[in-house]
Amino acid sequence: MPDLELAAAIPTKAGGRFFTRFTRQQRYMHAVLFSTFLGLAGTGLPLRFSESIWARGLAKGVGGFGAILFFHKFCAVVLTIAFLIHVKEIFQRGIANRDFGVFWGPNSMVANWKDAKDLFGHLRWFVGLGPRPKFDRYAYWEKFDYWAVFWGMIVIGFSGYAMWFAPFFAHFLPGWALNAVLVIHSEEGLLAILFIFSIHFVNTHLRPDSFPMDMVVFTGVESEEEFAHKRPLEYERLKREGKLEARLGEAPQTWLINFSRVVGTIAIVIGLTLLVLTLTAYFS
Amino acid sequence: MANAATFSKLYFGLLPRGLRRMGKALASSGICAAVAVLLLIAVPGRLHAQTDCLACHGDQTMQDANGQSIAVDGKTFGDSVHGTQGCNACHTTIKGYPHPDQPVKVECKSCHADEASALTGSVHGDSKDHPCTSCHGSAHTIFPKSDSRSNVYPLNVPRTCGTCHSTDGMAKKHGLASVYPSYMDSIHGFALSKEGLLVAANCQSCHGSHHILSRNDPASPTNKANIPKTCGSCHAKINDDYMNGVHGKAVASGNMKAPVCTDCHTAHSILQPTEAAFRMQSTPICGSCHKDKLSTYRDTFHSQLGSLGGYGETARCWDCHGAHEMLPASDPRSPVNKANLVATCGKCHAGANLSFVQYQPHANAHDRKLNPALYFVRLFMNILLASVLTFFVIHTILWLIRARYNQIKKKSADGGKNA
Repeated sequence: MPDLELAAAIPTKAGGRFFTRFTRQQRYMHAVLFSTFLGLAGTGLPLRFSESIWARGLAKGVGGFGAILFFHKFCAVVLTIAFLIHVKEIFQRGIANRDFGVFWGPNSMVANWKDAKDLFGHLRWFVGLGPRPKFDRYAYWEKFDYWAVFWGMIVIGFSGYAMWFAPFFAHFLPGWALNAVLVIHSEEGLLAILFIFSIHFVNTHLRPDSFPMDMVVFTGVESEEEFAHKRPLEYERLKREGKLEARLGEAPQTWLINFSRVVGTIAIVIGLTLLVLTLTAYFS
Repeated sequence: MANAATFSKLYFGLLPRGLRRMGKALASSGICAAVAVLLLIAVPGRLHAQTDCLACHGDQTMQDANGQSIAVDGKTFGDSVHGTQGCNACHTTIKGYPHPDQPVKVECKSCHADEASALTGSVHGDSKDHPCTSCHGSAHTIFPKSDSRSNVYPLNVPRTCGTCHSTDGMAKKHGLASVYPSYMDSIHGFALSKEGLLVAANCQSCHGSHHILSRNDPASPTNKANIPKTCGSCHAKINDDYMNGVHGKAVASGNMKAPVCTDCHTAHSILQPTEAAFRMQSTPICGSCHKDKLSTYRDTFHSQLGSLGGYGETARCWDCHGAHEMLPASDPRSPVNKANLVATCGKCHAGANLSFVQYQPHANAHDRKLNPALYFVRLFMNILLASVLTFFVIHTILWLIRARYNQIKKKSADGGKNA
């Protein structure tokens, strides 16, 4: 019987087609990114708000401060490796393989004039002043998410390593920079936490179109109607060029959907809990 | 028999009375001990006298009309510091038998005049709860303070004082602080109870014994001005260091705002300073005066790490500034003098160099004049954070409303998996 329930939970009509949006490697990258991010946020927040009531309890819960610092550094190293792999991929695709679509065009994360128009068009649609813009493969808020994380990892990563290896970094950083790195690290970390756990969660997962979560980043595929609705430009372009079939994927396995739901729910619950803790500490 | 009784009545009734007069005269010259010895030599029949009294009072079940025990253990009394005394050396009104049922109260001060005068005017002086026996125990079982059976033997002193100065004792009744448990858990208490160190500070090492004064009394060894000297009577080197530092000098010049030993170490719950608990509690103590320094310290990684507990290693005030010989940064001997910073920071940060020690452990990111670079970095980060969040919160809320509106209005027209 559980099979029937799960089948009913799959968000598509029977016999519908599925199209690939994310490769296996991209999905793994997202999994590494969000699990290390949760780890970093969970161990970083008690430090940022070390005077708050829950900070000491949380620190004790994971085995005292030594353990918190260890987990924080461990997650940081894993995320750094993931980041370096990603950068290597970009260079490989964009420079070694001369796939310039990485840098511009509809498949690129680089912002373009259309993104600016889409932003204003979207805002006008919010207040009923115009039609809903048609988005391509990556919408402007998705590009913002990407670059926010990209910039965030450079800034938080650099400032974090500067604190970790302060005497080494002191060889080429001025004295005040050692003070500044903590401010930068904690403020940028706070921004990342607030942004991901409120804006990204709602924009990508909790908004009515995707509620309660967008499974595409877990399963890699989405149904044809979802594809056509969310990214009509890409859908129509691929159809026109006859490339749609090349993107055809398999319907996700029930275990994968089930597993993704559990993992996704845990991530969202942890994230929202940390968001509440952050806000209470920030405003108390 | 009758002759013997008459003789003993005469002997004990008259002779000691004469001696007692002598004793009174001699007491002020402080040689009552000598009197006791004289008495011992001059009165060979004293054992006989004890035996006479013990004939009745040796019965351990003997009680007076109020049901109070009036029994005396002759063996223990014989061993005690007063064991060589005749009974009526103290119970002076009893001259023979039968004797009155209500003997006159024994006055210790008739022999121990110095102690009695010291007690007068002390915190215990007026109290009815504190006759000599409160501390020294029953008059018949008093031992010299060098004897481990004595209530005032150094290792027994805290327990003796603790009978009143603890939670369930007289402290509760009189609203006194319950210091006994704090003391027993302190480094002094451990040294005394676990190691049996006779030199470990016990109550009377700091408070004195007979002439205990309130700490508000300028003459009290526990008065704030006298604390360094009191602690310094054992901790001589630390006292020297302290007196060389700014705090010691301030106190010596009469500035009582400056901390003395007990302000940082507390009086009774003194912890080993390397202990995590002490490292956790000490920073706010310095900060209670140095408020601006505490608030800027709170902004640093040192504090953030440190306040979580279980990680006592991060720098606390005295790790950098020193503890007892507290010197201004301008003093070349100060560990926070520019010339010494590499060594001071290097205690924890291996590889600390001249550039590394440019780090400001008390930087204020809100002070544009003092830390301009940090000020603008913080300002930029705050503006970035506020603007990104403000924009996207508005964006997301509008989007949510619009998407939900479409969903309800057009039912399935908005598409999506939930449409």
